[in-house]
Amino acid sequence: MGSTSSTLLKIPNVEVLMQETGFSPAHIIRLHDRFKALDKEGRGHLCPQDFGAIKELAMNPIGDRIIGAFFSPGKETVDFHTFVKILAHFRPVDKDRPKEPNSPEPINSRSNKLKFAFQLYDQDKDGKISRDELLKVLRSMLGMQVTEEQLESIADRTIQEADLDRDEAISFEEFRKSLEKVNIDHKMSIRFLR
Amino acid sequence: MESYLFPFDSLICMLLGISFTVWFTLLLVFIIVPAIFGVSFGIRRLYMKSLIKLFEVSELMLSFVNHFDKIIEKNWFKLMSLEQEIQEMRRGSAEPEFDMSDIFYFCRRGVESIVDDEVTKRFTAEELESWNLLTRSNYNFHHISTRLTALWGMGVLIRYGFLLPLRVTLAFTGVGLLVVLTSIVGLFPNGRMKNYLSDKVHLMCYRICIRALTAIITYHDSENKPKNGGICVANHTSPIDVIILASDGCYAMVGQVHGGLMGVIQRAMVKACPHIWFERSEVKDRHLVAKRLSDHVADESKLPILIFPEGTCINNTSVMMFKKGSFEIGCTVYPVAIKYDPRFGDAFWNSSKFGMVNYLLHMMSSWAIVCSVWYLPPMSRMEGEDAVQFANRVKAAIARKGGLADLLWDGGLKRGKVKEVFKEEQQKLYSKVLVGSSEDRSRS
Repeated sequence: MGSTSSTLLKIPNVEVLMQETGFSPAHIIRLHDRFKALDKEGRGHLCPQDFGAIKELAMNPIGDRIIGAFFSPGKETVDFHTFVKILAHFRPVDKDRPKEPNSPEPINSRSNKLKFAFQLYDQDKDGKISRDELLKVLRSMLGMQVTEEQLESIADRTIQEADLDRDEAISFEEFRKSLEKVNIDHKMSIRFLR
Repeated sequence: MESYLFPFDSLICMLLGISFTVWFTLLLVFIIVPAIFGVSFGIRRLYMKSLIKLFEVSELMLSFVNHFDKIIEKNWFKLMSLEQEIQEMRRGSAEPEFDMSDIFYFCRRGVESIVDDEVTKRFTAEELESWNLLTRSNYNFHHISTRLTALWGMGVLIRYGFLLPLRVTLAFTGVGLLVVLTSIVGLFPNGRMKNYLSDKVHLMCYRICIRALTAIITYHDSENKPKNGGICVANHTSPIDVIILASDGCYAMVGQVHGGLMGVIQRAMVKACPHIWFERSEVKDRHLVAKRLSDHVADESKLPILIFPEGTCINNTSVMMFKKGSFEIGCTVYPVAIKYDPRFGDAFWNSSKFGMVNYLLHMMSSWAIVCSVWYLPPMSRMEGEDAVQFANRVKAAIARKGGLADLLWDGGLKRGKVKEVFKEEQQKLYSKVLVGSSEDRSRS
């Protein structure tokens, strides 16, 4: 790649970022522009309010959870690297990536996409989706449109079907198993153009 | 030694004196006099044509990869609705009920909107397809040859060295004349003479301001120009919209009372003809505002009111929600569509990024402001139509004519929060798919 833009050079450790996430230079530049557009006060990092300002996201029933996924526990800001790494989960799976023996699993692997979705349910990060956590998600997605009883029956049925070791909660393995037949790549990928 | 310098001294003074005189005479003859009489030598159009040639040349010199597609392709299956998507999700599984994977849909939509959303991009300047030799529009053009840089450098010299001083001079002249002449006209007794003079004075000064921006405007369908006793509504991109419309017709302006220079101009203008300036406190009182507007409109002798119902500046790629206030008054509405050509200079005022002075500086150091104005046929509220529906109808007409996207979103979203009702819509749709289907199941 011959021409590198000055924007690319301004981003620290951009080579490492591209390697880890698999984004092309063009994508990184566009994501950087987007990052800067969201960072209205030019602080160099994003806070939850900056995400909250995206109207379509505010409209999303699980918008708060998605925003939460960007911030590691205890941290109140997101820098550009973290921003890109999280978005990398949504790159389509690289089908023809050579399987090097000692390389770490790519961020956009099926397993990592599932982990991302899992943490949207598992807010207390104890590795299990409890009945309460499931109820909370259902309540967010359905709002006031269904009764408490209907919600509980849906939750109970879901746990019954997925909970294999009968501990009244869904672990990551059980989550993964119940979604075996689902085309994760298709549902959890965004087609980044060029 | 000192006597040696004297001849040169007077020579320099003489040269300076001559060049100033020549400069001002040219200014007067080519710019100010035509402005007074509303004629044009066609110099600006010639300038515009040569600029277009220049851009074509620069495009050939420029080699770049086109980065201006959308970054992501939303709606893989072409505008599938929520219900269809969820049904798609369910294909292959026996029962149409809640599945843990349903969350993926919302998750993906959410992340898509983080990467690119419809609203935020309306409040940043429109992106160009190729470079117009202004640094401010240079986003991603990596490979710039030396020849192009030389062209750019020449452009900078011309714009900042010649055009900017010229324009600033004209701007000061225009505004100064406006204040002085309207104050003089204000001394006349009310009557036809005063109105006539006021119209002429306003038009002349606005025309000088137009030339101060090198604005090249094409007016279409002038037979639909707003008449007395009506309201003129237009889409809003920048404060310059006012000058553009007011240099082709006479309007009564509406606005808040400002302090400083703006306040001086406002006070002078209102002496010559009745404009509607509101105190800050009065703006909150919607009834008071509506009353003053209706009173003005009811008086046939007063000029049509000029209003921008979006309430804020949008970047000229779309028209956002019109506030219904001006549509409740119940008089004829004259819609006007304004579309700027972004190649010559971006007229959009991003008030969160630039202050007014900075913005004006940008304006005056661009190549030119080129725009088209369409006067649409007058519209009135129909039977059984409420103000909001009427406003949307007018908005659609303006968007269609100007080639702008017609959006539901409220311009106030630039600063305010999304209403809960939008989120409820999504929840309703999703629950219909889920609960609706489980009811079917229990019935069978």
